[in-house]
Amino acid sequence: MTAVVPRRSSRQGGGGGRARRPKGLTAHIVLVLAVLISVFPFVWTIVMATNTTEDIYKSPPKLTFGSHLLENIRHVLDTIDFFGSMLNTLVVATVTTVLVLFVDSLAAFVFAKFDFPGRKVLFAMLVGFMMLPLQLAVLPQFILMSDIGWVGTLKALILPALANAFGIFWLRQYIENGVPDELLDAARIDGAGFFRQYWNIVLPMIKPALSFLAIYAFVGAWNDYIWPLVVLNDPTHLTLQVALAQLHVGHTTDYSMVMAGVLMASVPLVLVFTLFARGFIAGATEGAVQGS
Amino acid sequence: MLSHWRQYLAISPFFLIFGVFSFFPVFYSLYLAFQRWDGLGTVQFVGLQQFRFLWDDPVFWLSIRNTLVIWVLSTVPTLFGALVLATLLHSVRRFKGFYRIALYVPNVTSIVAVSIFFGAVFSNNFGLVNAILGTVGISPVPWLSNPWLIKLVIALLMTWMWTGYNMIIYLAGLQAIPAQIYEAARLDGAGPIRTFFQITMPIMRPIILFTVIISTINGLQSFSEPQVLFGSNAANPNLGGPGQAGLTTLLYFYQSAFVNNDYGYGAAIVWAFFVLIMVLVVVNWRLVQRGRKS
Repeated sequence: MTAVVPRRSSRQGGGGGRARRPKGLTAHIVLVLAVLISVFPFVWTIVMATNTTEDIYKSPPKLTFGSHLLENIRHVLDTIDFFGSMLNTLVVATVTTVLVLFVDSLAAFVFAKFDFPGRKVLFAMLVGFMMLPLQLAVLPQFILMSDIGWVGTLKALILPALANAFGIFWLRQYIENGVPDELLDAARIDGAGFFRQYWNIVLPMIKPALSFLAIYAFVGAWNDYIWPLVVLNDPTHLTLQVALAQLHVGHTTDYSMVMAGVLMASVPLVLVFTLFARGFIAGATEGAVQGS
Repeated sequence: MLSHWRQYLAISPFFLIFGVFSFFPVFYSLYLAFQRWDGLGTVQFVGLQQFRFLWDDPVFWLSIRNTLVIWVLSTVPTLFGALVLATLLHSVRRFKGFYRIALYVPNVTSIVAVSIFFGAVFSNNFGLVNAILGTVGISPVPWLSNPWLIKLVIALLMTWMWTGYNMIIYLAGLQAIPAQIYEAARLDGAGPIRTFFQITMPIMRPIILFTVIISTINGLQSFSEPQVLFGSNAANPNLGGPGQAGLTTLLYFYQSAFVNNDYGYGAAIVWAFFVLIMVLVVVNWRLVQRGRKS
């Protein structure tokens, strides 16, 4: 708790053993600058969304918050079906997340704790496919969707997203290290079957991993763009990202309105992220460092 | 086999969906690359014709060039900046949690929102950047019409989104290095720079390799950025802006497959592109590995 705030006067850098304090100050200055760059777009989006387009295009531009936010929001609601597409996105993201958690954790449990013929081959296949760019599958997926008449439906967005190989890969590692075999053996002796072991022992023990995967899957589904763009052809039935992009296409001049739309679409996600950020970042690093 | 039916049942939902929506489509697109098909008429086998056409298609090579330039312009500053920020963040004690969250948040915003934002800020006539340049007497810079500046803006956008992500990964790697090693180096009289290159870098190599591979795979797949950034061009929103300078390979794929309905050609583009990515991944991997020996 002590000696963290550096003294102002010390500016001699790299001077032997005493270099620690001024170095700390430099680090904080650089980090604060980086944070400013990192959050600037969010702040500036609000500035643009609260002013009129004339104001932000004036030279010099208006640099402060204005009072036109409600007007811009009303404009957005008149131009696109914002709440409709938000609801679509919410449904897709929620259903995808819940199903991914179930499907992936079940498979991860099996891959982590059971030996069965074909285990190695199946898992290698799964990891191999993790490396493939998803775009290889986009065109045939679209053909498939139009063959079974799912183009334009939300089902077409949810089902392919359930093949989340990363989730299995990641949860498997977590279960292997985090769920002791002895515990499962004890449960087996007490007469717990396969599904009970999964539901009553494994799931409660991997909650942190599940919550990371939940945010990961939710954010991924919420922000997906290329696939909804391809498969949702009905302009009244879009996801938020596609609707946002369309807001941009038709009305290039009214930037304050467009930025109000961007703001409305970004706020929920940034809020969710900042609420769960600690656990999420911890989970993300765990996956990355173990995966390497 | 039969005694394991529960296990097979438990992994079957994944493998069914995986088979239908990932495995089969990937190979189906390879099959399509050897056909001519507009999605409606008959499918006609044309052998390597699509690939031969691809080889002579200047737009395809332009898109490859664009993609590679954007990738280099974004990956180098992203990874370098991430390493610098991670090192600094590792050295401070206060506000660590705050810095981590604030620097990571760009990565969870949507590419569409960010692209629209960059389009507004770098707008040729009225954008904030040009307005600021104007106040110090610099005449407006054509950010979104000069072929190089277009790529630079897209690369900046990607750098903004991905630096925090890589920083977090590097930070985790740094935290895993035992403090005693640094203590020993300090006692031996090694300065901070020497310590960084002789201790930190070698230990971090596998993690750097991981981020290089991930950045190669992610960075080469830029699609949404130019598609949204130049989507306001109502005549053809998928050409990648003036001079097609922002036409990435995936955008060209999208245009061929879904705008021109040339399914066979689209499949050929995306498969040729996949081979390129794999080659680059292997080259990068080799480079980082070779660095270990010297």
